[in-house]
Amino acid sequence: MEKIIAVLFMFAVSALLALIFFTLNRLLGPRKESVVKSVPFETGRAPITLPTHRMSIKFYMIAILFVLFDVEMIFFYPWAVVFRKLGILGLIEMGIFILVLFLGLVYAWKKGALEWE
Amino acid sequence: MNTAIGTIDWIPVAPFIALSVLGFLIMIIGLFFPRIYRETLGTITLVGLAVTFFLILQNWGEPRYAFANTIVGDKFSTVFNGLFVVGAALTILLSLNSQENRYLLYADYFTVIVFATAGMVLMSAGTHLLTIFLGLETLSIALYVLAGFRRENAFSLESAFKYFLLGAFASGFLLYGIALIYGATGSADIQEVTRWIQQNSLTGSLMLPIGFLLLFVGLGFKLAIFPFHMWAPDVYQGAPTPISAFMATGSKAAAFAALLRVALSTQSYTAIAWEQVLWVIAVATMTIGNIIALRQDNIKRMLAYSSIAHAGYILIGFIANNELGHSGMLFYLLSYTFMNIGAFGVISYLSTAEHEFVTLGDVRGLAYRRPFAAIAMAVFMFSLAGIPPTAGFISKFYIFSAAVKAGYVWLVILGVINSMISLYYYLGVVVQMFMSAVEEKAPATATQQPAVALALVVSMFAVLGLGIFPSRWLAVFMEMARSFI
Repeated sequence: MEKIIAVLFMFAVSALLALIFFTLNRLLGPRKESVVKSVPFETGRAPITLPTHRMSIKFYMIAILFVLFDVEMIFFYPWAVVFRKLGILGLIEMGIFILVLFLGLVYAWKKGALEWE
Repeated sequence: MNTAIGTIDWIPVAPFIALSVLGFLIMIIGLFFPRIYRETLGTITLVGLAVTFFLILQNWGEPRYAFANTIVGDKFSTVFNGLFVVGAALTILLSLNSQENRYLLYADYFTVIVFATAGMVLMSAGTHLLTIFLGLETLSIALYVLAGFRRENAFSLESAFKYFLLGAFASGFLLYGIALIYGATGSADIQEVTRWIQQNSLTGSLMLPIGFLLLFVGLGFKLAIFPFHMWAPDVYQGAPTPISAFMATGSKAAAFAALLRVALSTQSYTAIAWEQVLWVIAVATMTIGNIIALRQDNIKRMLAYSSIAHAGYILIGFIANNELGHSGMLFYLLSYTFMNIGAFGVISYLSTAEHEFVTLGDVRGLAYRRPFAAIAMAVFMFSLAGIPPTAGFISKFYIFSAAVKAGYVWLVILGVINSMISLYYYLGVVVQMFMSAVEEKAPATATQQPAVALALVVSMFAVLGLGIFPSRWLAVFMEMARSFI
């Protein structure tokens, strides 16, 4: 309980500090509005296009495949921790798991999901 | 934690492994031989399902647990898994209509059906709530894909999308229910939960009843019972016809399997006014399904509402909560699988890619154009309505007599009234087929669909066989029901 209070206290202090800085800035700093200032910041250049343009749907396929193999990677970590305990059975189980994902990759590859065109 | 391969009991998991391997096999075959005949692929799938069926039968007997008590092979799972595999096999036969499904990606389609069946098998064999959830998700994700398989058809896409959104939402309820049960009892293993309930009590904390309630909501969505039935008509209408049949029978039976296992093991529904709640739900489900079905012009939609009503009838057996009630549910689910797949099968039998044969206008005078299809449809309609000597009559008879034995006389009276209402729309189809003249511009029907015809013949035999000689099957189901107590 004490730890939680300490964390909450830290949150409160940092929020308060931010509030103080912004208020001081507002009160003491000079303010001059201009059109250029209110333009969104884009690496220092003038905005070239609207930010709402279309994205290629190809990215979605890549993203799905990425998620698939990312989950595979995450699964490896707990396995590595208990690797010795599980022994040879764990190795075989992991092999089956990778095989299933590999079949998925073969499927995606063969169906042309990795082709950019 | 030191488990060696030799110590694992493979028999309970064998059906699941067989289905997984089969699914990947079909996928790979389809990938490397894209020009393979659909009949060849269908035959491979059917052979694989036959092997699975054999493996399932090995589980009949005393419970055998595997994988740290998360999967069991017992009489209960044997009966249900057998039902799922038979349903999947019939669905595959229905899908082999070469004129309706000309553009189907057959290998992918069969793969997903097999994976859906694997999910069902996991649901009925799971003795851990998370195993059941895993099975449910495998089944659901496969069904979302299958519902949208006619990609060029807007209704099919709508069907998949609606099913996906609502299904994902319902899965959330189920998972939350599991979390609450785990929180209250410290385990999600059904046996552990049961032990906890026996030592403490079900109503001691509010968490556990709410957990069970949410679990029921999650499964109730799959069962399409009131008030979670809204999705069914749109989804069944838009999905490919064999898939509608598969969803209405297999997926419903799988949800009932999970519900029955949880309820029978924990005896959780004898406490806290469950019966009154279920009573109201059963009556509302039957009545809403039947009343709305009266006004349907589209046969697939009508069958969707009728499937809602049938879930209500089956729920009566659940409420009766005695041996006859539980075995009656099994009997009903088995009969329903055949008669419903049959009824959807007739639609599939006659449909072409250009014209789906689904409205009452389409079947006008069908008896004079396609007598075999009309007779088959009539048998299935009689069975769905519950007219002897069909399986539908016997199923209702068992369920209703179980409810009378348990003292729910009013529930049975309302059930019988509902059956009478349903006569109107089932017989309406028969009247259209046999007593109206053929129209001038009757739409063209598909010709020569031997695989679908085979499925229809099998279903007809089963519907009549179960209706005329029910006692042998009932004895099997009674043994299953008894094995739980």
